[in-house]
Amino acid sequence: MPEAVLLGDEALAMGAIDSGISAAYAYPGTPSSEIMEYLQAVAPKYGDFVAEWCSNEKTAYEAAVGVSLVGRRALVSMKHVGLNVAADPFINSALLAIHGGLVLAVADDPGMHSSQNEQDSRFYADFARIICLEPRTQGEVYEMTREAFDLSERFHIPVMVRLTTRIAHSRAVVQTGERRPQNPLNKSTEKAGWLLLPSTARKLWAELLENQGQFLAYAENSPYNTLELNEEFFEFGVITAGLGWNYYMENRDEMAVKPSHLHISVYPIPGEKVRRLAERVKRIVVIEEGFSFIERALLGILVPAVKISGKEDGTLPSTGELTPDNVREAMGLKPKQGIEETGLEIPGRPPQLCAGCPHRDSYDALNQAVAGFDQKVVTADIGCYTLGYLPPYQAIETCLCMGASVGMAKGASQAGFHPVVATIGDGTFLHSGITPLVDAVASGSNMTLLILDNSITAMTGGQQTILTSSRLEKLVHGIGVDPDHIKLIIPLKKHTEENAEIIRREMEYEGVSVIIALRDCIQTPKEKKKKEAGE
Amino acid sequence: MKYDVILAGVGGQGVLSLAAIITLGAMKDGLTVRQSEVHGMAQRGGAVQAHLRLSDQTIVSDLIGKASADMILSMEPIESLRYLAYLKADGVLVTSTDPVKNIPTYPEVEGIYATIRGLPSAQLIEAAALAQQAGSARSTNMVMVGAASAHLPVQEKSLLAAIDELFSRKGEKVVEINRKAFQIGWETAALAV
Repeated sequence: MPEAVLLGDEALAMGAIDSGISAAYAYPGTPSSEIMEYLQAVAPKYGDFVAEWCSNEKTAYEAAVGVSLVGRRALVSMKHVGLNVAADPFINSALLAIHGGLVLAVADDPGMHSSQNEQDSRFYADFARIICLEPRTQGEVYEMTREAFDLSERFHIPVMVRLTTRIAHSRAVVQTGERRPQNPLNKSTEKAGWLLLPSTARKLWAELLENQGQFLAYAENSPYNTLELNEEFFEFGVITAGLGWNYYMENRDEMAVKPSHLHISVYPIPGEKVRRLAERVKRIVVIEEGFSFIERALLGILVPAVKISGKEDGTLPSTGELTPDNVREAMGLKPKQGIEETGLEIPGRPPQLCAGCPHRDSYDALNQAVAGFDQKVVTADIGCYTLGYLPPYQAIETCLCMGASVGMAKGASQAGFHPVVATIGDGTFLHSGITPLVDAVASGSNMTLLILDNSITAMTGGQQTILTSSRLEKLVHGIGVDPDHIKLIIPLKKHTEENAEIIRREMEYEGVSVIIALRDCIQTPKEKKKKEAGE
Repeated sequence: MKYDVILAGVGGQGVLSLAAIITLGAMKDGLTVRQSEVHGMAQRGGAVQAHLRLSDQTIVSDLIGKASADMILSMEPIESLRYLAYLKADGVLVTSTDPVKNIPTYPEVEGIYATIRGLPSAQLIEAAALAQQAGSARSTNMVMVGAASAHLPVQEKSLLAAIDELFSRKGEKVVEINRKAFQIGWETAALAV
């Protein structure tokens, strides 16, 4: 079999290609972005499939469902919080008569390396009542992605492959298999299977619930869910899930005994295997990456017969990532002795805006503009520019979710506050900022929107935004913002005074004003030129 | 055999391409490799680290535990000390001497060097100057690969072949500069050992 060194994200992409996808859709988000980056990079080599960034995760998911409707296979990928955006089509699609394989790859970010929270997507799979696969090696990422497509077509449901940061962004050798051809166009004949009216949805929901037994039987029998029993040791047993297995195995050789061990990679939770383990031991330690999903299922409300340990009782930390060290401690092993501490204090080095970044000049101008007011609210959004919260700029005050800067500014202004400025990047504006701007215009809110347009989705590695900058102004115009209060500025040091004056004037204007600060991201001009030349 | 390396530096210093060369070289030697990287927000001028694990057997964990790394390889002196808790008692620290002072409270550099010299096993490499000598400041990270190679269980020829492979599309001159940077780094570290 061919071998390649792949990131977990790349292994997932390769698994999808070899499963015969016809299309893949995504919105960039760490740690999932490299799935689509890889698909786009290798598309010319591996053939004829669509690999596209979309406006947001919801539009990406919906496009993938459309591919399934006509019988072909689709991958849709996103980060964990992206699934909040796509939750509506995702949850509902579990009811549909999924036809061509539909796989959702979602990458969680425990530890919040580059995220707003560390939510665990396994709850979403459970919420939608579908199957979730959680690989622990890059090789398994590849295999399970292939398996997910098979399961989707066998059970007519979307199937989730859940990654976490350390598997998504770690490289290892992956053995790849035979590539199978794409499905032919073959529109679903399930007439009532694609339309969720109350009358049809009730029937489809009942069917989905009826099928739970089959999903559970699949999980119980899956060779990925392995149970090893130690017939002579009863003090405790271990359940691992995802990367919990890796860190447990890293330490197990040093443990005096090998306790009974159930590993869970395939959900729904294989209850029969859990019960077989529980019969043997007085206590179960659950080691899972993310929230205490399995642990809480075991704990329930009533007192369980077996003591359950993990994140809920403090055996493992309830926030952040698992590590070889915290799993080691949970297994009662002493920490290893390393080098003595030097006593030298190491200052933190948080990420910061690059030297020459256009956001620096935009924030200088914004800070100058707001300095003239006694009070202000400056909402912001998600991207490199969120770093404007940190010194030396300290220019922004909020960051909630994609697009929230605009809606929050509208709310604050309608509550009677003035002045209110929202700052948002071009990518985030196109993702989720347009609809709240429509709201603001409709209600005649008194707010200023500063679009920091660097013509790229920068934070996640420089993906092309869905619309070119030249179309942003027309878009804002089309929404109904007064053309006299749509301003274009170039965020350069030499224009700071002038830009601050424009921002200040628009803050004084009573109504919705939009300022577009347009200058390319300094990181990506080369990439961009390359792409433009190719197109 | 198992050899664990914590790679450290500041976003933009080429820590990932440094990791890529060692990974590819190790694979040419038939070793199993796991390489955990940092992407996203942390890359913007912040502290970055990567975990690189080499073995002739299966590697189960993507992350290295504390007091377990055989080497800390750093592109920046204070970054080399940030992860000291990960170094084994008999592990080696190899770092560039070139500070990246993009923070308001950068400690006094001589004090950092003294701390590093006080460790049981450490090497300070004047990587930027040596890279200039090789022909380009951009080859600083290859100087550090060369310096690390004096300790790594990877053959020199395999690392050189990896350099050839990864830089070939940038042209012969770039390959030559990076090979030279590697050699200079290796000589500097090997002479000091």
